[in-house]
Amino acid sequence: MARNGGVAWMRTTEKIDGYDLSTSDTEEVHVLAVDDSLVDRKVIERLLRISSCKVTAVDSGRRALQYLGLDEEIQKKETNGFDGLKVDLIITDYCMPGMTGYELLKKVKESSAFREIPVVIMSSENVIARIDRCLEEGAEDFIVKPVKLSDVKRIIDYTTTELREGELREGARAKRRGINKRKQREGDDDLSSSPPSTLSSSTSSSPSSSIQSATAPSSPSTLDSPTRRLKMTSSE
Amino acid sequence: MDLVQLQRQLVDYRTSLYHEGFLDEQFTQLQSLQDENNPDFVVEVVSLFFEDSERLLNELSKALEQQVIDFKRMDAQVHQLKGSSSSIGAHRVQKLCIVFRNYCEAQNVEGCLKCLQQVKHEYGIIKTKLESMFQLEQQILNAGGSIPV
Repeated sequence: MARNGGVAWMRTTEKIDGYDLSTSDTEEVHVLAVDDSLVDRKVIERLLRISSCKVTAVDSGRRALQYLGLDEEIQKKETNGFDGLKVDLIITDYCMPGMTGYELLKKVKESSAFREIPVVIMSSENVIARIDRCLEEGAEDFIVKPVKLSDVKRIIDYTTTELREGELREGARAKRRGINKRKQREGDDDLSSSPPSTLSSSTSSSPSSSIQSATAPSSPSTLDSPTRRLKMTSSE
Repeated sequence: MDLVQLQRQLVDYRTSLYHEGFLDEQFTQLQSLQDENNPDFVVEVVSLFFEDSERLLNELSKALEQQVIDFKRMDAQVHQLKGSSSSIGAHRVQKLCIVFRNYCEAQNVEGCLKCLQQVKHEYGIIKTKLESMFQLEQQILNAGGSIPV
């Protein structure tokens, strides 16, 4: 899988005039973990902390929506949740009483404020139809339980990369706007060759998956994620 | 027993748990998540597992005593037990849960009753074994030694 981690670390630390490059309050990725199992919550929390993330763990889809400020019953003015901390990634169990992970995924993707947040589904059942359905609904990835450190590290790695790339694009775009006000350009030509984004809406003009090499979609052993091949060959 | 002997005993004991299929590699994963800053992680997770399992086994027993058996609800509970046993690497319990779910799906009361007994039995064994293992670890720590990986 051609994941160009090198781009993430090429970012300059200088601030573009008037534009703050940080997308969250701290450098750490803030993950909202959703699982009705106490045992699993404890494990996923530890896995995420070891992977240098901030973690908020909740026990239901409903509570996750409340945290995000999406719950219909409880309207929040702040779109950032109770403590104002922006959520960078949602990891949710599929099978939960009340609202399933799939239903949570749909609610997040239907919301204009939060649809950009990548959502990863976890399930003990490795069912292709289920995986497909989740991906079609916009899930970033699908982890088969029990969750291992390598699963979490992989997901955090590319979430961090996507965030950095998003910042790079935003920063460069802002710079162009500031410096080249008179030159109206159609798109971000010089950025279109950056590694493809797997976030459904991290930028409005990046070409979807077209740069990915034509990898055979049916050989899971060559890729470390069971779903990566499906994502790479589907268009946004 | 001196420290070295204790440590050797622990290693042998742990190895036998894997060898006999009581534990699988997920337990090893958990152990790798423990460090000096989180020295009780495994004990904490396993304690949660014990609490969760006992609650679920009680509920399953009650469910099977009812006039009208709610197989769907039982299936959901066995699914939970399967999940948590899988998350800590309690291999035998997990495998039995798979069989149990099949009986729930088939709405087979006899099968469910038999399975519940087996799960309770296996759960009892793994609980005893893990508690013994934690006791050994504590003895080693008390003797000023470190837990061998």
